[in-house]
Amino acid sequence: MYQKSQIYYKVNNDNLSMGLKRYLVTRGLTMFGVLMITLLLTISLVGSNMDTILKQGVIYQVRAEITENTTIAQGFNNPEEFEKFVQQKIDERIETLGLDTPWYSPQRLGYTMYKILILDFGNATFLTSDSGSSNVGEIIFEKMPKTILLFTTATIIISIIGIVLGAASSNKIGSKTDRITSTFAVISSSFPVWWIGMLMIFVFAFVYQIFPARATPSIEPDDPGYFLALLYHMALPVITIVLIGFGAWAYLVRNFMVGIMQEDFISAKKTIGISRKKIVYSHALRNAAPPIVTILALSLSGSLGGAIITEAVFDWPGMGRLYFEAISVMDLPVIIGSTYILTVLFLVSIFIADLLYGYFDPRVRTAS
Amino acid sequence: MSSVSTQEIKSEFLKSKLGLTGIFILSGLILVSIITISAIPASTFQEWNNPEKWISYPKTSVPSWVNFLSSEKIPEHKILEPEIFQSQKNGIFLTSQQFGVFFEYDDFPSDFIIEMKTKYSDSHLVQIKVIRPDGITLELLSTSLPHSDSDTIHNQRYFSTDSMIKKNLNMYKDDFQFDFLSGTTEIIFSKLQENEIQKGNYIFIVDIYGTEKPVEVLESKLVLGGKAYGLMGTDELRRDLAIGLLWGTPLALFIGISVSIGSVVVGLVYGVYSGYRGKKTDEVMMRFNDVIYALPALPFLIILAVTISNSIFLMIGFLMIFSWVGIAKVSRSMSLQIKTRQYIEAAKIMGQKDSKIIFRHILPQLLPYAFASIAISVPAAITTEAGLSFLGLGDPSFPTWGQILHDANTYGAAAQGFWWWIVPPGILIAITGLAFVFIGNALDAIVNPKLKR
Repeated sequence: MYQKSQIYYKVNNDNLSMGLKRYLVTRGLTMFGVLMITLLLTISLVGSNMDTILKQGVIYQVRAEITENTTIAQGFNNPEEFEKFVQQKIDERIETLGLDTPWYSPQRLGYTMYKILILDFGNATFLTSDSGSSNVGEIIFEKMPKTILLFTTATIIISIIGIVLGAASSNKIGSKTDRITSTFAVISSSFPVWWIGMLMIFVFAFVYQIFPARATPSIEPDDPGYFLALLYHMALPVITIVLIGFGAWAYLVRNFMVGIMQEDFISAKKTIGISRKKIVYSHALRNAAPPIVTILALSLSGSLGGAIITEAVFDWPGMGRLYFEAISVMDLPVIIGSTYILTVLFLVSIFIADLLYGYFDPRVRTAS
Repeated sequence: MSSVSTQEIKSEFLKSKLGLTGIFILSGLILVSIITISAIPASTFQEWNNPEKWISYPKTSVPSWVNFLSSEKIPEHKILEPEIFQSQKNGIFLTSQQFGVFFEYDDFPSDFIIEMKTKYSDSHLVQIKVIRPDGITLELLSTSLPHSDSDTIHNQRYFSTDSMIKKNLNMYKDDFQFDFLSGTTEIIFSKLQENEIQKGNYIFIVDIYGTEKPVEVLESKLVLGGKAYGLMGTDELRRDLAIGLLWGTPLALFIGISVSIGSVVVGLVYGVYSGYRGKKTDEVMMRFNDVIYALPALPFLIILAVTISNSIFLMIGFLMIFSWVGIAKVSRSMSLQIKTRQYIEAAKIMGQKDSKIIFRHILPQLLPYAFASIAISVPAAITTEAGLSFLGLGDPSFPTWGQILHDANTYGAAAQGFWWWIVPPGILIAITGLAFVFIGNALDAIVNPKLKR
């Protein structure tokens, strides 16, 4: 069926650029809308807590400033008067910061959203980056590469194994390889990744002490050996994710291939006398590529969500663990910031998947 | 899409080995749930997080069946009941409680605790001793119950770690041919020649002497601390894991099935309505669908659990929000196909109401698909809930498998080798998921004959 769409694609090449543009614009607008809604939802869910925390912060700050300056305290005769003065200062500060209006007032909501849009997430309440900065943006951008490193590596390995295995099992349907792959796909996808992770830690870090139990390297990040240590610590999580993921992938690829192998053009090639092996690995696989690439992008985005639990199990110093830590201490700026970044990453990969899908399968654009 | 009759589905399904396996596992799980709900008192799970209740259980002990598999017998955790004898001699009343145990394990018990609840007045003397298999009697403790002028009920615990017991044991130093370095149980249960376990019958005796009238023993037990307990062992907080795992079964089924039914029904109606109405309505509804689809589910579920509530019923609702979307998309495209069929057109011309057409003519066509998707979406619901519980966001009033794993992770069970704490909950999650996947796949193969080969 993808073969047909490619012919269609060539025929309609002229008016396609128009269709593609419109398609992109609608998708892009939807994505932006989703981003805004996500932001609004997040802010409204944590907003009231945020207000209390910010106000407490102001009170603490004002008190600290006043007590530091001893001359102010000496100017008062009794404690009540002093308290009154402090309270007045606090009220002033709250007003200048605009905290006297609730978080849902239009100006504050707009301001907060604008700040987040330009990636200014403010300062974290408790958490700091490895270099000691409490700027949420800095914390997130320090952790993000590690998440991307872990999950992209795993996804690449999964897709390679999956494509090879899937093609092999579609080559001989009903063979041992095929049956094992299908069974493994069904069984492995029923286990939670994080549980397998715990088992892997038990087996490979406790029973056989091959890999470290905690995935955070103990050396400092600026040490030259850090990257190697990171790779070594990454081994166990990567193996776990691959183990759980490749079966389903192989099964998916197999099903696509089986569908394509039934197409007329493949039968035609068989009758010409092209070897079956060549048909499977060259012609059929090429035609299965579009949906595979699309799903690759989607699965990458999907795994980012799962990163929160996986990283918590392995103690991998990425976005997921940051998120988990932020939730356990209720560090709201970090929660808002990482939700936003996670959503952006998620949307970007969905958008890329959509793009690829639309590019490969033009029916998508014309169907609506 | 071809419509398949219920009869056909039934007969096809009975032919599918996979589907029958799924049904078999599922009925097993349902049976376990029914037994749990009817036989195990609900107070056990309500007190799951109450450490008081589990105080006499052992800490992180392996399941007792491990002893059948290994040659070295791990001491089992025992809770012994006494035999009580009462006698009177020269105006002195003696109440004697005897706890007999045949100790046949290859390691020392970690400790013992004697717990008793007594009713008495006046002063009473308490003597604790143990008669060993080699005939030697060790006097462990001489103490008294607190004096009381009137009848009173008194709870008393004697611990093996009591320093007085250690001191008293030092009196027997000459009988033993090794230095007393270890804990009290490792002396009481040791051979004389060397510090090695002596197997055989031990009798712990608690004698209470009174002058006015005998003591009334209301409750009494001796807890002999071991490293093996029950069917599933215990965790760091001394909880009997078998109880947690059993209660987890009905909870997991409840969560999985209610989320999937809820989301499939919502998705089906939403998708069919959107597809049937078409045009602007369809556009708006599908854009909304896109928005929900693009929300990152797990972060949102976490935020919802943290800010709103982690009650299990609300959690089911939250899970539904994120799981109806895919079904809505598919059923929309199905209804787009069905609505062009002639009998639908005919019904429209006859002036039937939209709602009637949808519920009478379109939805029944999608029922086989709906059942397949209900079965297929159960595992995701169960694993997502387990994942949230694993992060510590579960409902603390119900012990779910995810929560047991959360506790295991918090106490570093993997790094300490407590396999009985980690393996069973995960396997149960997977088995439950598999049962539904099998059923779903079998149904799916019938509903979409293209996949069958």
